[in-house]
Amino acid sequence: MRLEYDVVVVGGGPAGLAAACSAKEAGAGRVLVLERDKEAGGILNQCIHNGFGLHYFKEELTGPEYAHRFIKQAAQLGVELLLDSMVLAIEDKVVYAVNITQGIMEIHGGAIVLAMGCRERTRGAIAIPGDRSAGILTAGMAQRYINMEGWMVGKRVVVLGSGDIGLIMARRMTLEGAKVLACVELCPYSNGLARNIVQCLDDYNIPLYLSHTITNIVGKERVEQVVISKVDENRKPVPGSEMAFDCDTVLLSVGLIPENELTRAAGIPLDARTNGAVVYENMETEVDGIFGCGNVVHVHDLVDFVTLESRRAGAAAARYAMGAAEGGGQALTLRNGSGVTYTVPQKIRVDTDQKAVTVFFRVNDTYRNMTVVVRDSDRNLCSFKRERLAPGEMEKITIPQKLLQQAAGDCLTVELIQEVRV
Amino acid sequence: MYDVLIVGCGIIGAATAYELSRYNLSVAVCERFNDVANGVTKANSAILHAGFDCPVGSLEARLNVEGVRMAKELCEKLDVERRDLPTFVIAFDEREMGELRMLYDRGIANSVPGVRIVDREEALALEPGLNPELIAALYAPSSAIVNPWEYAIALAETAVRNGVTLHLNSRVTAIEKQEDGHFAVSTTTGEYTARYVINAGGAFSADVYKMVGGNDLEQTNFCGQYYVLDKSQGGIVNSVVFPCPDEHGFKGVLVAPTVHGNLIVGPDSFVVENGDCVATVSPMLEQLQAHGHRSVPGINFREVIHEYAGVRPNTQVPDFIIGESPICPGFINLAGIKSPGLSAAPAIAKECMQILRQCGLEPAEKDTFIDTRRRMKFRELNLRQKEEAIAQNPLYGRVVCRCETVTEGEIVEAIHRPIIPRSIDAIKRRTGAGMGRCQGGFCGPRVHEILARELGVSPRDIPMDEDGTYILTSPIKEVPADEAGV
Repeated sequence: MRLEYDVVVVGGGPAGLAAACSAKEAGAGRVLVLERDKEAGGILNQCIHNGFGLHYFKEELTGPEYAHRFIKQAAQLGVELLLDSMVLAIEDKVVYAVNITQGIMEIHGGAIVLAMGCRERTRGAIAIPGDRSAGILTAGMAQRYINMEGWMVGKRVVVLGSGDIGLIMARRMTLEGAKVLACVELCPYSNGLARNIVQCLDDYNIPLYLSHTITNIVGKERVEQVVISKVDENRKPVPGSEMAFDCDTVLLSVGLIPENELTRAAGIPLDARTNGAVVYENMETEVDGIFGCGNVVHVHDLVDFVTLESRRAGAAAARYAMGAAEGGGQALTLRNGSGVTYTVPQKIRVDTDQKAVTVFFRVNDTYRNMTVVVRDSDRNLCSFKRERLAPGEMEKITIPQKLLQQAAGDCLTVELIQEVRV
Repeated sequence: MYDVLIVGCGIIGAATAYELSRYNLSVAVCERFNDVANGVTKANSAILHAGFDCPVGSLEARLNVEGVRMAKELCEKLDVERRDLPTFVIAFDEREMGELRMLYDRGIANSVPGVRIVDREEALALEPGLNPELIAALYAPSSAIVNPWEYAIALAETAVRNGVTLHLNSRVTAIEKQEDGHFAVSTTTGEYTARYVINAGGAFSADVYKMVGGNDLEQTNFCGQYYVLDKSQGGIVNSVVFPCPDEHGFKGVLVAPTVHGNLIVGPDSFVVENGDCVATVSPMLEQLQAHGHRSVPGINFREVIHEYAGVRPNTQVPDFIIGESPICPGFINLAGIKSPGLSAAPAIAKECMQILRQCGLEPAEKDTFIDTRRRMKFRELNLRQKEEAIAQNPLYGRVVCRCETVTEGEIVEAIHRPIIPRSIDAIKRRTGAGMGRCQGGFCGPRVHEILARELGVSPRDIPMDEDGTYILTSPIKEVPADEAGV
């Protein structure tokens, strides 16, 4: 079956929905969202806790409520939604998808938006040693079983990793009557939002063991015991520091990986640091007319910023589909300076029609009283003060377009410098 | 009363059951787990070896070369993933050159087809992924890679289709030779009697033999660990790459693609308590990386998606132990079937039938023997074939496992085959769902739901793998505080 759309969005989570809505608002004619699940909304549907929307809507919503606003808006704007449909491949600007009613679909898009989200890092990816017991789940999988399917997955729990889903699930399991014995984090700092450490661990007296990791899992059938050890500065276990917990469940919250298999297969260049596509300020990838947004580009902490970023991608995709391409012109490459692990976008076109360009970035350690500096080859273009920076909290700066036009050379460096107190 | 009862349904038990199912015999297989292929068969190197490293004149040498030859047709008939892939053993110095020559001589003596020593240039031309610092390599083109559990499942399923009775969850606890000469076999699901008993007990074959008084076998229980890497690494070599055996004759850490398109690196070797000890052990596991890089420098270990460990079913005897027990007539050992057991399996099964004949069993061949098997593998179809498949069964249009592109249609079909999978991992072994980079993170709950629906049971009754590996503890809002120790 051959179909044609102005904008085809791959993924119907928060990123895809926001991109589709903004494409419509920017004037795109036919906009299609392809979603593999039976409902739109993506992972938000299993995030039944609140805390969503504080930045974007200035009110506190649950995940499903947040998703519902965009599902409703998409319907009102006339976005077409194809659920229970899996994209098999993207070749040029043709999306091949499949579902049980239409079979194989060959969907031609004027522009494509990639919004596939991310997946969780697994036990296998980080090689946690020990028995192959049942009861070792990623936090998101546990969240799905509990919040969507109505099943508890354990009674006595150790959480490995302090990612936000792990923290949220430590609280959720506790509220369901389970005992969460420990949250164990390899790094000397938490990888989750500060507010989640307080609201999900501290409020329930769940101990957080920083600089620790799981060194053994025991249990022929189901998990029976977990051994954790302190780690040294090279993150290697310190012999003799073992502590054992009798438990039946291990939840893993050890990182999220953008799901870029389709992107890679389509030949779109990726950034090894974000594991997502290299993008310009309008969220266009290095392949003309293919855009990306949300967690498939880089993993966010807050859906509000996914929405903002995706609205930019959707609008740009609409303009592209309508023939107003933004390609060409000089582009500046963003470099990660001292303390900065990545930036999104990685490239900025100097002649962008955005009055100011938002740059998201993450830092490699916890810092206090720093200045974030953006400099070209000669001088500092702008700087931003930050009292506190942490790897678990995505940062955002905004660079005025007129400064970009003044930049010397073809690179901009974003770096941290210690604030000088006068 | 069965004519023949086989203890164990790994690759050896399954191949034997398949072979015996050609004949007018009543055959039963007792398997301790809730599925076949759940012991040694699911955790090994997944290679059909060329046969150059078996001691000359050994049973291993003869049955390996014959088994690998038979596997080609067998895997085609029964729809088992298998791919011809040459083997390289690479040498870096003069000591290792000596090993190569020794292996070459053995290969010639074992009638391994096409085995030869190639110089550095030819080795690198044939396999550019090899470490360019090698000085020469042994090249053996007759090896292959195979899906080991699918191989056993296919053989066992075909045996069941042809009338073999499979008793799952039936751990053999005692075997008694009765006065009438028949065997009474006690299992966890009841007692069965049989005229002949075949010991295909894998890593526990010495224990099974002890049940009839065979006290001269001891399992040695050497565990080996492996890394599985993402498909991004699967094409880094197009051959099975071994280092030279070390001073102790250990075959060493191999690098090989899998039939699923991944890459495996392993195994190491260390002693464990028994054949069920398949925990992975951290510092040793990490050492595999250096070994892998020595053979194939380009491997990116950041792309690891899984680790596993398996126990080699070796005994103190350096060869396979195949034959009627001298102390217990009618009891046939297929014991100590270590590497190259997977390679030799169909030849071992033929050998077993031969032994049964010598014991006096003279069965006629069945008039109708089902010897074909086909599965749907949606991801391997082209677009037109996919379209046709969905037109036939719309469930092929619903992709459940996104990493491996496995559809609901394939999962439902797997559930309704002759050996019913009852766990998430049993579905993984049959369809590949959950084997990919997310390791079932997304499709796990959906496979769970489909299994419960198709089997008509509560989701609580679906284990991850063997019995006792439960996933769900209770409906929400129902954890008793005393059990949680709150």
